[in-house]
Amino acid sequence: MKLSMKKSLLALALAMGVGSAANAATWDVKITNLTNGNHFTPLLVTAHASTAHLYTPGIAASAALQGMAECGDLSGLLALTEVGAADADTIVNPVGTGDLLAPGASTTAMITTSATHLSIVAMILPTNDGFVGLDAMQIPTAAGTYTYFINGYDAGTEANTELKDVASSCAINQEGYPGAPSGHEGTGGSGMVGADSNTMVHVHRGVLGDSDSTGGLSDLDSTVHRWQNPIAKVTVTVN
Amino acid sequence: MRELKNRFKAQYKNTSKDRLKIGVVSILALSLAACFHNEDDDENMPVVAMYKVTVSNLTNGQPMTPVAIVVHKSGYDAWTLGGMASIGLEKLAEGGDTADFITEASANMNVSTTDVAGATPFGPGSSVMVEVKANYSNDLKLSLASMLANTNDAFTGLLSADIGSLAIGESMTMMSHVFDAGTESNTEASGTLAGPADESTAASKAYSATRDDLHDFVSVHAGVVTMDDGLTTSILDESHRWNGVAAKIMVERL
Repeated sequence: MKLSMKKSLLALALAMGVGSAANAATWDVKITNLTNGNHFTPLLVTAHASTAHLYTPGIAASAALQGMAECGDLSGLLALTEVGAADADTIVNPVGTGDLLAPGASTTAMITTSATHLSIVAMILPTNDGFVGLDAMQIPTAAGTYTYFINGYDAGTEANTELKDVASSCAINQEGYPGAPSGHEGTGGSGMVGADSNTMVHVHRGVLGDSDSTGGLSDLDSTVHRWQNPIAKVTVTVN
Repeated sequence: MRELKNRFKAQYKNTSKDRLKIGVVSILALSLAACFHNEDDDENMPVVAMYKVTVSNLTNGQPMTPVAIVVHKSGYDAWTLGGMASIGLEKLAEGGDTADFITEASANMNVSTTDVAGATPFGPGSSVMVEVKANYSNDLKLSLASMLANTNDAFTGLLSADIGSLAIGESMTMMSHVFDAGTESNTEASGTLAGPADESTAASKAYSATRDDLHDFVSVHAGVVTMDDGLTTSILDESHRWNGVAAKIMVERL
């Protein structure tokens, strides 16, 4: 009886057009930066099995994630076996090599995959270790358009000093944000409070900034660099 | 899509059971009547569903108080956005006390089961977990609430999240927003915050029956201002802020 039930379910699934895992699907993954004054570093858009995670909210960041969140460096994540090098189901920065996704701008990654889940990450500039993230979202198999609003996360690996890193190149565990492409930076800030109270990956509390461009606590501008969640919109069209 | 699949599955299951009954009756005849009768009784028994609920604190500086968990059907609303908070919700949001909130829920005929996750407040980066049982219904919903301790009357929670569509072995993950109970003015001042950021020993730092917020209704919380953003009478600093969502809630049907 069990066997016949399984068979019938399979027949039902086929009749309903449910694709089996072996059938590759194509996803158009459109990402829109919903902020007013924050840029996203090169995006990693990858399809993978349900068990893979680039990060998990509530769990400590891997060194690979830390590199992405503090410096926008995707090399560590691309070295993970569950992600792998750039290919049909792992797209590195659809904006263009090295280009940033500006406030208000959109970009679309075209993915061909037999996998079921989608993850997206990119660093938020200017932040110390903030990133925009989608963690292993199951994408429906039925053709259609699906919209997800996603949040900014804090890797929990660096204090949110909101001071510019003046070193010539970015490195992990090196204090400061690497740049503010939207401008409006100040100087001479004394720096925000110490290390994160939450050292796990958590929802970014947002930058505070201040209105003093030559002093105050922060080098960021409170009227320019703040954001509210959701920070980005992801529209997945399953073909 | 999943709903559709489940419905089809359920339909098929019913059909196959009916077919089994007919088979049993015609082939095995009356000698197994007692056995058949037992099976029939089983089918009239309600199906008990078990859910594992995990709440992870994703804020940077807000301990969360033990989480009141309510599994229910339509007809119970833990709160209404724009509506007045119940006394139970007020006590939960101002001081983290779940007792009255749970009592109010238990009195509602549409509530299946209640529980509290965590015995003490859990800090940023920590999680609490509870397993609850309820008679299965496809109308089953989950509501939960927990105070953000370093606030006047902010709480995070879920309002009637649909868990009836979960099949056994399936799970869903949600992010919870932060609400303002509307029962206490958001002064952020010493002596008014239940959590550890407030070192005052004033009894009033937890629940006070006075309702002195700008509006006496539940709304989406605008966030804390803090001394670092110019509220000089605030004892909070920028580390206590949050942005939009505060907790990750994972529900697994076991």
